[in-house]
Amino acid sequence: MPGFWINMGPQHPMTHGLWNMKVKIDGETIIDARPELGYLHRGYEKIMEVREFQKNVVLTDRLCYVSSLTWSHAYCLATEKMMGVEVPERGQWIRVVALELQRVASHLMWLAAFAPDLGLLTGLLWSLRERELFLDLIQILSGARMNQNFPRIGGVRNDLPDNFAAMCRRSIAHFLEKLDEYEVLYHESKVFHMRTQGVGRLGAQDAINWGVTGPNLRASGVNVDLRRLDPYDKYDEVDFEPQVWKGPDPGDSYARFICRYNEMRVSCDIILQALDKMPASGPYRSKPPRRAEGEGYARTEDSRGEALFYVLGDGDDRPYRVKIRSPIFCSMAATPLMLRGNKLADVVSILGSIDVCVGEMDK
Amino acid sequence: MSAGSVPSVNGRPVKGVETEVLAQVKARFGSKILESGIPRPQNVKVVIDRSELVEVCTYLKEALAFEHLSCISAVDWKDRFETVYHIMNYYNGCTIQVSARIPYDDPRIASVCSLWNAANYHEREAWDLMGITYEGHPNLERILLPQDFKFHPLRKDFAQEVDRQYISRRKLKGGK
Repeated sequence: MPGFWINMGPQHPMTHGLWNMKVKIDGETIIDARPELGYLHRGYEKIMEVREFQKNVVLTDRLCYVSSLTWSHAYCLATEKMMGVEVPERGQWIRVVALELQRVASHLMWLAAFAPDLGLLTGLLWSLRERELFLDLIQILSGARMNQNFPRIGGVRNDLPDNFAAMCRRSIAHFLEKLDEYEVLYHESKVFHMRTQGVGRLGAQDAINWGVTGPNLRASGVNVDLRRLDPYDKYDEVDFEPQVWKGPDPGDSYARFICRYNEMRVSCDIILQALDKMPASGPYRSKPPRRAEGEGYARTEDSRGEALFYVLGDGDDRPYRVKIRSPIFCSMAATPLMLRGNKLADVVSILGSIDVCVGEMDK
Repeated sequence: MSAGSVPSVNGRPVKGVETEVLAQVKARFGSKILESGIPRPQNVKVVIDRSELVEVCTYLKEALAFEHLSCISAVDWKDRFETVYHIMNYYNGCTIQVSARIPYDDPRIASVCSLWNAANYHEREAWDLMGITYEGHPNLERILLPQDFKFHPLRKDFAQEVDRQYISRRKLKGGK
């Protein structure tokens, strides 16, 4: 058997974090690949067992610093299901706004990592510039740019600040103009097409069977968005279209790029709708019990895929067991399928397009 | 199952599907289902013994089109283990939670890797952190912890420093 193994990682500009992709190459062609995880394992599930329910929110923020709000929200949702707590209507709408702001910021961070992977440094600078708009909004809303500790079990920490809707509308109008500029940079660039089209292909059946979720699954042509299929909060009252690749070549890096890119527009649209449909005033948080018994799980559409929390309580003020399902952990299992048969130079393009976040992957 | 074909999923939930799924599972397996229930709309919960796992999962996947294995969690209940499978049907949005009971002194259960490849990493993780052996798994190695690690840290008898996090400032200064 020809070929030899080379390590791409744990210290490699492509990895965006601490993990290792071993690839076996024959000449320039990849014949096998094996991801090695666990460099950043911090034992979250064990630490959460000795902290009180509310104190775990601040931990789950740190699962993924790029999209921390979505993770603490998923934990709160699961704990509410276990405790049987109902979130007031205005609280649910505020969550929708905050989650979508975080999703756009997360996708922009992905774009800022993906573009320089392909040698497009302008993409990094532009994306980070526009990301500031959304981080500013999140800061006005929650007081922090990152690791916000904003969702609470039973609602959110605070109400919308004064004039927040107007600020959102202004930033989004500006951002949508900038997105049109981006299209010249990406969609019309021949080099970008050459680097991304036709590499890292993943079929729909394979994607489902290997547990790939989120934009990576929708890029393979499967119309699954948990905001629509298993709605939580107020997503069932929002009118939006999940971004599914409908073109001729599903499942390559370009399709994944397009799905994520278009999702940013959809998220902006959801924010505007939520600001209109939200009740003008009312409670935004209900009081959860201190101790709880039972089981609950919740699944949300994280910016990378399906996040699932399974929380068990035994009547104490701490969870008995917490299980975290990370979307990237599962997508990582499918990367050998995407890589096999491609050239070594395409590894960067393929792994950049699935949006790796090591913090949530290794827990 | 060709790798290229795209299943026709319309991405919208079907109302009332949970009662139908539960009725079908009950009709097929009867007394083998130890407990069952509907915790909330679109969700079904069943509890089985470990010996029925592969049969139930095969039925769910082949007959009821539960094609997406979302998560495998292992739980240490001190007198028994449990592995919990969250499986989703993309066509109608129904999720079924299958809990398989495992005796404490013999933590072994059949692997479902042959049905869903997604089980591969989840089972490796459960073996790594909880020490449950999945029989028939192609490559049951530690995934998150180092290969030479000797323990399974999520078990309840694996102690961790509980006290240190709860020292208040008053206590540090010598008060109660």
